[in-house]
Amino acid sequence: MSKVDFLKDFRDSKRIKAISEIIYKEADRSINIMEICGGHTHTIMKYGLSQILPPFINFIHGPGCPVCVMPKERIDHAISLVQDEKNILVVLGDMIRVPGSESSLAKERAKGKNVKVIYSPFDAIKIAKENPQKNVIYFAIGFETTTPMTASLVNFTIKDQIKNLFFHVNHVLVPPPIRAIMDSKEAKIDAFIGPSHVSVITGAKIYDDIVKSYGTPVVVSGFEPVDVMESILRIVRQFKERRREVEIQYTRAVNFEGNVKAQQLIDKYFTTRENFRWRGIGDIPYSGLKLKEEFSYLDAEIVFRDILPSKQVDDHKLCICGDILKGIAKPYDCKVFAKACTPENPLGACMVSSEGACAAYYKYGKLELTL
Amino acid sequence: MRQILLSHGGGGKETQKLIKDLFFKYFSNPILEKMEDSAVLEINSKIAFTTDSFTVYPIFFKGGDIGKLAIAGTVNDLTVMGAKPLYLSCSFIIEEGFPIEYLEKILTSMSKEMEKSQVKIVTGDTKIVPKGFADGIFINTTGIGKVIYEGISAQNLEEGDCIVISGTVGDHGACIMAQREGMEMDSNIESDCESLWDMVEKVINSGVKIKAMRDPTRGGLSAVLNEWALSSNVEIEVEEDKIPVKPEVQGLCELLGFEPYTLANEGKIVFCVDKKDVEKLLTVLKNHQKGKDATFIGKVISKGKPVVILKSPYGTRRVMEFPSGELLPRIC
Repeated sequence: MSKVDFLKDFRDSKRIKAISEIIYKEADRSINIMEICGGHTHTIMKYGLSQILPPFINFIHGPGCPVCVMPKERIDHAISLVQDEKNILVVLGDMIRVPGSESSLAKERAKGKNVKVIYSPFDAIKIAKENPQKNVIYFAIGFETTTPMTASLVNFTIKDQIKNLFFHVNHVLVPPPIRAIMDSKEAKIDAFIGPSHVSVITGAKIYDDIVKSYGTPVVVSGFEPVDVMESILRIVRQFKERRREVEIQYTRAVNFEGNVKAQQLIDKYFTTRENFRWRGIGDIPYSGLKLKEEFSYLDAEIVFRDILPSKQVDDHKLCICGDILKGIAKPYDCKVFAKACTPENPLGACMVSSEGACAAYYKYGKLELTL
Repeated sequence: MRQILLSHGGGGKETQKLIKDLFFKYFSNPILEKMEDSAVLEINSKIAFTTDSFTVYPIFFKGGDIGKLAIAGTVNDLTVMGAKPLYLSCSFIIEEGFPIEYLEKILTSMSKEMEKSQVKIVTGDTKIVPKGFADGIFINTTGIGKVIYEGISAQNLEEGDCIVISGTVGDHGACIMAQREGMEMDSNIESDCESLWDMVEKVINSGVKIKAMRDPTRGGLSAVLNEWALSSNVEIEVEEDKIPVKPEVQGLCELLGFEPYTLANEGKIVFCVDKKDVEKLLTVLKNHQKGKDATFIGKVISKGKPVVILKSPYGTRRVMEFPSGELLPRIC
């Protein structure tokens, strides 16, 4: 057997076409599929997969973009922290562009505040060691996928006795918002495409209860077009064969149990919060993580609590990110989409992150608007 | 290590010494050595005139440095207007404390790059700013070229015209990205930074009618095609799988979520030619070392709607968008 090329083979046009033909042949009912993860939204838009699927296969874009679901008050926390010159805030990627209530980290950085963008969480250690007189605060974001890296960073900080590195933890979990969306009954969702990288850590088992509670198939899918097409076919077949189960399409990295070592590391340092407020969706109990009490000396929300604002901040009145994240509206339904709200000047969170649904529609979907 | 001092820019003895010992050593030619307030040039034809400033970081990168880029960038801007590059001006803004060894390395590569297209620096200036007022070294070059091929314009595109790229896209942008501070990535991606006059001269001499020609620098292939679509009010359709991309550039793009066609190039040219000229153009390009990966990537398919479409091999279409936002600060 020849070696698998992880890029070319999973973007191979013959395979994509072939799966498309089978889906056309086999699909016999309309299916509303929520792809939970922003990465899948991008694959669908980038590769124009809707154009080669029956019109009754409908995608609903889910809340799986950690930047998008971050409420403004958390950004305000980060901004408050960097007002003190003694503090350096360390953050990953496009988080710096997300608008808080009045500013963003990018704007603060331009004003000369200490905001550092890093590519790997472990760069925080280097920064902490190079700046022993400063407090270095790691603004941790992400779903279960990125939590082990933060846990590992906490582990190292303790072992290496680094005294000036703190954690502002914004890690969130995938299953709670799915339940919140299903329980609200606002969106009609028949099946889910599950994020693969989350399940590399958690295993596919986290969706067992979803299938049991709501009777919706869940297929954990890879991010390439062949992966997504195959996952859709698997969903179509579950309906045809009257099955409702968790399936793993992304078998090259996901199993049912997941990475047990990583799970243990997370459990060692983190516990669920009683509540986390999701941008657009609102309060969801036990949907976020925080450091366990015994590590509260590392918890920036406790160490710096005197300077952190506690006010909740709502989104811009015209922004419908909340409805988009809940799956009851599409970016095109928004009055300000591509007008007052663009990637250069985002009003809402879904436009900010490159993983957001609005950003994906803006980037790849303009074809529909121009035709 | 010897360093640049503020006194080097004071206009006195130290300045004279820097000019004579260093700049003349690498840039020497009779016009420059006259040391008058301006160079007097004789050109009896239409001229093309262009300017560009270079602030790239890191200043030394795989495949080039800020000096090579400062020459190639301006030479290529003249080249794509069908002008044979003749004369350059060159201004340096140097931060106090900049190692003279680095400056000499930069001048060496500028001198080498100028030889390739027989272009000369005929006037120049150097300013030294206090530490913290610039980041190492900035270079501005301005160029004059003799127009030997007229009529190239972004407004010339018509239905049926063909788009050809002279080689792989995104090499320079990916190279700079991989070597940026904080990435700490082991990468063999080399910048494609290169003067292209010799290649384009061959195309001109071959008799191929060039309708439009551009070097896809910042904004990459996507910016050029979108500008053409707008200027000529046409729809351009590009076949995604035909755009040549080096595997290592594609790999970096996968890692960081970029599209190779939005990354900068410093040694490539996009051509628009009539259908009947495509084969000839490809032959000329492929016979040249700098154009060996030349590929026919797409066509102008209709008039009246300025848009660039990427077509996938399985039949889906999407917009090839104008790049926007903060992608790579200071890449050229």
